[in-house]
Amino acid sequence: MPDDLNWAIGGEAGDGIDSTGKIFAQALSRAGRHVFTSKDFASRIRGGYTAYKVRTAVDRVESVVDRLDILIALTERTVDENMDELHDDSVIIFDGERTMMSDFEAPGEMTGLDVPLKRLAEEAGGAIVRNIVALGAACEVAGFPIENLDEALEKRFGDKGSAIVDTNKQAARLGQEYVQDEYDLTTDYELETTDNDYVLLNGDEAIGMGAIAAGCRFYSGYPITPATDVMEYLTGRVDRYGGKVVQAEDELSAINMALGAARAGARSMTATSGPGIDLMTETFGLIAQTETPLVICDVMRSGPSTGMPTKQEQGDLNMTLYGGHGEIPRFVLAPTSVAECFHKTIEAFNLAEKYQTPVFLVSDLAMAVTEQTYEPEQFDMDAVEIERGRVVDEDDVEEWTNEKDQFTPHAATDDGVSPRTFPGVEGGAHMTTGLEHDELGRRTEEEEIRVEQVDKRQRKVETALEREDWSPREFGDSDSDNLVISWGSNEGAMLEAIDFLEEEGVDVRFLSCPYIFPREALAEEIREADEVIVVECNATGQWADVLEHDALERVKRINKYTGVRFKADELAERVKQELAGETAEVEAE
Amino acid sequence: MSSDIRFTDFKSDAQPTWCPGCGDFGTMNGMMKALANTGNDPDNTFVVAGIGCSGKIGTYMHSYALHGVHGRALPVGIGVKMANPNLEVMVAGGDGDGYSIGAGHFVHAVRRNVDMSYVVMDNRIYGLTKGQFSPTSREDFETSTSPEGTKQQPVNPLALALSAGGTFIAQSFSSDAQRHAEIVQQAIEHDGFGFVNVYSPCVTFNDVDTYDYFRDTIVDLEDTDHDSTDYDDAKEKILDADKEYQGVIYQDENSVGFEEREGITESMADIPDGAPDDAMDLVREFY
Repeated sequence: MPDDLNWAIGGEAGDGIDSTGKIFAQALSRAGRHVFTSKDFASRIRGGYTAYKVRTAVDRVESVVDRLDILIALTERTVDENMDELHDDSVIIFDGERTMMSDFEAPGEMTGLDVPLKRLAEEAGGAIVRNIVALGAACEVAGFPIENLDEALEKRFGDKGSAIVDTNKQAARLGQEYVQDEYDLTTDYELETTDNDYVLLNGDEAIGMGAIAAGCRFYSGYPITPATDVMEYLTGRVDRYGGKVVQAEDELSAINMALGAARAGARSMTATSGPGIDLMTETFGLIAQTETPLVICDVMRSGPSTGMPTKQEQGDLNMTLYGGHGEIPRFVLAPTSVAECFHKTIEAFNLAEKYQTPVFLVSDLAMAVTEQTYEPEQFDMDAVEIERGRVVDEDDVEEWTNEKDQFTPHAATDDGVSPRTFPGVEGGAHMTTGLEHDELGRRTEEEEIRVEQVDKRQRKVETALEREDWSPREFGDSDSDNLVISWGSNEGAMLEAIDFLEEEGVDVRFLSCPYIFPREALAEEIREADEVIVVECNATGQWADVLEHDALERVKRINKYTGVRFKADELAERVKQELAGETAEVEAE
Repeated sequence: MSSDIRFTDFKSDAQPTWCPGCGDFGTMNGMMKALANTGNDPDNTFVVAGIGCSGKIGTYMHSYALHGVHGRALPVGIGVKMANPNLEVMVAGGDGDGYSIGAGHFVHAVRRNVDMSYVVMDNRIYGLTKGQFSPTSREDFETSTSPEGTKQQPVNPLALALSAGGTFIAQSFSSDAQRHAEIVQQAIEHDGFGFVNVYSPCVTFNDVDTYDYFRDTIVDLEDTDHDSTDYDDAKEKILDADKEYQGVIYQDENSVGFEEREGITESMADIPDGAPDDAMDLVREFY
């Protein structure tokens, strides 16, 4: 029977949807099952439809699919919103004693389980545990041993005392027993448990954890969906290591504070989303011109302008690649999964300090709100390496001073990387400026020096191109002539799409790109493949444009800009259509 | 930090391009004297400047320095100080930089009260862009962009600072070298955000707010019975539109710098070679 189960709870914002979903996800994770969660939410605190979805299997799950097996519907709208994903074997749990669901009947062949959630909750100790009653009922439907909920409930409510925990445990059991007693279920879901120990986290948390692992000590930011979790994660935690989070008055201040902290020698970061990146753009050039190492994280959402704050998009690629006036040497990293958010954050800090440039870490809402299970070893802290680049202390500052004993912070070296002193280092005092400058950091408009400094800064990028590994992640059939390329968070959906395609006899080779720079090797791949499809969550194909420019060849494109990430089965279908030469219609959701 | 530091140690060998007679020369000299007098040396001093004539100051001084973008010098200075509280951080700016484009940052820097000093060279005009009105220009002030007067009230930076919860609010006149240096020194010694608005005349574009004007009108609070720890007394002076005051107008003696209240005592520059020893605990939090 199906072990790959799709579950959801939906209702109004403020109904405790998130915490209930999270409890279930944690219970599954602790029971040794893999979990992949997603959220539908609106940009408001209370009211409006919201849902928390959990996909779970014993094998790894990398994406969402177009199917919903068990739905806890706290409102009838929840059923309407998910009608496309429900199927004949779906089970809907609802409370028929609630006014808004009293006339509800499960559509088609679906099974509707009318469970008096509120009444049973009151029996257990209070109406507030209504969702936990539903969770107990869902466990019964899913064939998931209810004991596994207990630990998650303890984790969640332990701080509030054992009485609260017991009330919740009791609520879950009343829900389970009600279904056992009142219904003779014809569905037979059976969720197996294992001895595996997994951790469950989202992309923003992984970025925050990566930042601490990498020695980030200063973070300044301004709250914005969906980047705020990075700041909330670091607040308090980074303090344990002598660091600090400052909530700035705006994004302009945030990035300039981070720049100041970086000049003082702290590993420093800021994170924001599209509208905030716009404001920060002013300072991109200053970071590059002053050769300050800084990690700037953009957790993308739907744009332009304020767009759809709670919806997915990969629309800021051009912004991070080209944002800012003048020409700005930089690196752009786009983690391809929740775990890669951790690894790429560490890499971003190292690149920033080794090459004294801005490094853009581009994540998106889909990863930010997705919680995914991993083996803890995936976040191997022993493997973390810190590379601070050409930092000069008291002992060797002389090597970098001129005949007048002046330190040369912008010395034109062969590899383009200049020496760096932290303030406080004797003999290292120097001026740095956003103006064009000489080796001392002093303003100049002399043609020769201008060219020397521009070349020097650009040379850092060339050096990095030679010294670093910029390979994409390769999946699928390595011999296939059908090449699919994507960047950022589409990897999971495409990985599963490969399996779907294989079942239908379609082979593809898949390159998932966490490095948006440099890309010579990719151009070569494109020229060698027969069919090339570039997958991205935007309307115009920003990555496809870049690749066409590099390869001087046309590519096919799959774009989605509904505000919802790619689903694996949907993506497989569209790849198949593109390969068959059919143009897929963009489905509005 | 050594006791034989002289203010000339803070001078670079770059030749200033300020106009002859510019008030900024005196402002800068006072800053350098104050830094030397407070026992700082160039290697533990960080000067941040914004854009405009005032922004050039980092080039003419010798210290760790950053010349940033227009209006954002304060956040940079805050970042420097938070990341290394052992540094002496001084931010310099002009009236355009601080009260126009950077006005938002000014108010928040005041209320954040990081232990640093902020010296604003207020010449009541935009000099480097050749003579447009500034946020402190008078209502009837005629410039290339206000041929019939500005028709708007000048901002009162001292009142802004007071209303934002300023803990050290002072004003000086760049040409009164002795007093100006003393006042900046007090701003440095203050535990918290030491704000000094400096009358720093523009001899090229402002023929109203001149050296003579300030010399004739300025009232030194030292010559009065002003009590700088008295909030109401300070408020009265600050809101008195008819007078130009010099001296420390308000000081909260109980002020404690933000970084200290946040518990930051050490530089954040030193980090281990790898992840922290207990880093796997961070992973386990997600069980």
